[in-house]
Amino acid sequence: MKYMLLIYNNPALYESWPEQERTALFAEVDAIMAELRESGELVGGMALADPSGTRTVRVRDGITTITDGPFAEAKEQFAGYITVDCETPERAEEIAARWPDAKYFAMEVRAIMVESGTEM
Amino acid sequence: MNVGDVAGDLLRELSPQVLGALIRRYGRFAECEDAVQEAMLAATVQWPGAGIPDNPRGWLITVASRRMIDQWRSYHARQEREITAFERTPDYLAAAPAADAEHASADDDTLTLLFLCCHPGLPEPSQIALTLRAVGGLTTTEIARAFLLPEPTIAQRITRAKQRLKETGARFETPSSWSDEALAAVLHVLYLIFNEGYTATSGTGLHRVELTSEAIRLARAVHRLLPDDGEVAGLLALMLLTEARRRARTRPDGTLVPLSEQDRSLWDADAIRAGTELITGAMSASPLGPYQLQAAIAAVHAEAAHADQTDWRQILALYQVLERLTPTPVVRLNRAVATAMVHGAQAGLDELEPLESDPRTARQHRLAAVRAHLLEMAGQDAAARANYQMAARLTTSLPERRYLEDRAAQL
Repeated sequence: MKYMLLIYNNPALYESWPEQERTALFAEVDAIMAELRESGELVGGMALADPSGTRTVRVRDGITTITDGPFAEAKEQFAGYITVDCETPERAEEIAARWPDAKYFAMEVRAIMVESGTEM
Repeated sequence: MNVGDVAGDLLRELSPQVLGALIRRYGRFAECEDAVQEAMLAATVQWPGAGIPDNPRGWLITVASRRMIDQWRSYHARQEREITAFERTPDYLAAAPAADAEHASADDDTLTLLFLCCHPGLPEPSQIALTLRAVGGLTTTEIARAFLLPEPTIAQRITRAKQRLKETGARFETPSSWSDEALAAVLHVLYLIFNEGYTATSGTGLHRVELTSEAIRLARAVHRLLPDDGEVAGLLALMLLTEARRRARTRPDGTLVPLSEQDRSLWDADAIRAGTELITGAMSASPLGPYQLQAAIAAVHAEAAHADQTDWRQILALYQVLERLTPTPVVRLNRAVATAMVHGAQAGLDELEPLESDPRTARQHRLAAVRAHLLEMAGQDAAARANYQMAARLTTSLPERRYLEDRAAQL
């Protein structure tokens, strides 16, 4: 079963940290990624650029409007994701709990829809 | 058919035999598997141009062995003398034992390989990946594409599986020395491979290796080697009878058609005949098992020319036996449907009650979908619609969601 682990954080917090602590955070992420690669559970992942450059696009009555900033106004931003293929939802939650952002902000675990199905 | 197609089929057929022969000779599963992969690659490149060699199996064994020797050379230069001694006796590879003997040992090798690949010490995803590559002869790329996963993920699962096999100390033993549990693990892996392929809808099917045909091919091989095993026959029959419905189960746009609404003229009559014969024979000759019972249920569905001619009493009886053997929530759900068809919707709904408090099923889309279906049968449209909608939100399958939303909208 494939899950997307959505990473939520506030870059302002990490920016306020001394370099050493930020390096340690990246090392933690690298270690989890290496472990997931090794276990054959890693499907992919992407980090997103700082939300300050986000543009939100809406079309109303055929007219497109583009505004600065993210769709959902919140202090915490969607910062990136990793996708994993693991045997149980509990395992996906366990991976999410180990991701450093879970300690300061939150991770969201969402099952990924599949294109296959069973006739009922 | 061009040389490329013929070579491809032949290679997949020969791959487990070559691997078996190599492991017999050298022992080391992981190294042998790498060498066979490289020999297969060499054949894929060379055969279409140069033609298929007279003795393709010998060709592959020679190339793979050479590859193993090269590896040993680079890693164990000190053992050079031994290797040279081995190289001077190529008779092993060229020797042609009696055709029957060679055939029998190649068969045994295939079965032994399956037991190794499905070793209980390996995690399920690794068992599947290793089986498809080592016995199925699929490439890592093909397996990755079939499971919609990146290639490195599959490659890593195979690497890990080989490491684990080494650690467990599993040896290349004759099939008779393996336990019933080992055979059950093999059948389970083949069943999973089949299901992965069967549930794929036409939309993505275009790019997927036919996992169902691969699973059927492997199940056939096991059945040929163990013709008296009822569960092996049962699994093969189940696959044939299920696969027979493939063309009727989705519309061209990928939407799912429930069993009761399928155009039965699209069912594959030959596959149904073969599956029914197989299961009838197995059930009269061997002790009953879950695969046989599921195949028998599929056969009862298949023999009805119209959905309303289905012998639900027989299906209910089969589910009752199946539930005694494997009391899983899925079996209970299916039995409730059969009960409803025989004794009325309310009787079926009553049987769902214990599942509603079971944490394994309470939040499952299948339970909500069955409840919706039975409520619809009972004429309680509002409750049925709410349950179809709930099932639609709970499923993680896009075509199932679409089907369930449509059902809700029709009420």
